[in-house]
Amino acid sequence: MANKIIESADVHLFYGKNEALKGINMDFVENEITALIGPSGCGKSTYLRCLNRMNDLIDSAKVTGKFLLNGQDIYAPEMDTVKLRKEVGMVFQQPNPFPFSIYDNVIYGLRLSGIKDHRVLDEAVESSLKQAAVWDDVKDKLHESALSLSGGQQQRVCIARVLAVKPQVILMDEPTSALDPISSAKIENMLLELRQQYTIIMVTHNMHQASRISDKTAFFLQGELIEYAPTKKIFLNPTEKETEDYISGRFG
Amino acid sequence: MRRLFEDELNDLHVRFSEMGMMVNEAIYKSVKAFINHDKQLAREVIADDHKINERETDLESKSFELIALQQPVSTDLRVIVTIMKASSDLERMGDHAVSIAKSTIRVKGNTRVPDIEKDIADMADKVKQMVEEVLDAYVKEDRKKALAIASEDAAINAYSENIYDDCIKEMQRDSETVIGSMDYMLVASYLERIGDYVMNICEWIVYLRTGKVVELNSNAQEDKF
Repeated sequence: MANKIIESADVHLFYGKNEALKGINMDFVENEITALIGPSGCGKSTYLRCLNRMNDLIDSAKVTGKFLLNGQDIYAPEMDTVKLRKEVGMVFQQPNPFPFSIYDNVIYGLRLSGIKDHRVLDEAVESSLKQAAVWDDVKDKLHESALSLSGGQQQRVCIARVLAVKPQVILMDEPTSALDPISSAKIENMLLELRQQYTIIMVTHNMHQASRISDKTAFFLQGELIEYAPTKKIFLNPTEKETEDYISGRFG
Repeated sequence: MRRLFEDELNDLHVRFSEMGMMVNEAIYKSVKAFINHDKQLAREVIADDHKINERETDLESKSFELIALQQPVSTDLRVIVTIMKASSDLERMGDHAVSIAKSTIRVKGNTRVPDIEKDIADMADKVKQMVEEVLDAYVKEDRKKALAIASEDAAINAYSENIYDDCIKEMQRDSETVIGSMDYMLVASYLERIGDYVMNICEWIVYLRTGKVVELNSNAQEDKF
């Protein structure tokens, strides 16, 4: 039985009086890709952001429920959110490189944690960019601005930036929705490689992407988790009528 | 690009080819059992048939999965459709091998007709060779070879007609041979059907290469209706 890396139970989230998550129970197993799907406003991104406490930044948001990372309470008062986000990294929809060189982008997290040894940093840059499948594109221009890269390359550099701090879990919020199909395919292939070392949880609007690369798929609707099962089951024979309708394109 | 999908597609190919070899072996064994009156070998063919059936089910469910999860298009889609259709042809060929094995076990008349048995053995050799060739053509996606194999089906039909005529003559000559001859006719017709399925697979190979669904040889043409 594979290890549960993240457990969450009875998760509710309110934006003011509006209940955005209505009692979600979801566990995640190590070295799997989980796709969260559902129509806009269903709560999937909100849920994803709970996992590394990104919702802390929104004043009106109030989260209740249990969240454990390797058995440790993510919302414990003593939890250091910087450390948490190092373990549970995040990649956003729009590539968001800092306006520095590619090299400085990748080592940003390591610099923050006080690492100065150039050899360590050089190695981290090379291995992270290789893992993110963008090394060959950028190896000759590491000191040029990351903003000079194409969107797909920028996104992979952002992924390398997350990988450099060696997280256990990578959260991705529609990581390819701003990219062309070729760049998306590169990222999808990369994710399949990364799965061997990391646990990946991604929100995607692209159902085909979910079916192609994820091990498990969760379908959210109006703040509720309708169905969470192996991807094969969801796309070949879902249990719930709502899931069937959504993946068949009948609503949403 | 899409490494996982490529791997799975390749795996499907390999497992389909294996199924082809299983079926070919079943045909070979069933005919050998019939000619040698080897009921033991015939039982083996019947007992092993479930493996062929399971492989077909397995290929089908894997194909459904790839279609649902990977949304294949163009050549990728044709590969999967070809495997789904051709594997059910293979499965039917396996059933005919079982029918031949069953006639071996059922056979009661001991009056044999060596000339006809020789014709059946020759016909079986030819069918077996066609099955081998069609599997090879499938692996190589060789459209020309598929067309060539399809044209050989006429020879199989000729065998079948000759055996039929000879059986009638034998039965008229010596009524002791009626029971045996009936089985000869049945076996020849099973082999002839196997030849037809080989032709179906040839049609799928043409589809795989060209995207055109073709009818290489209809029964109406065969029988000159």
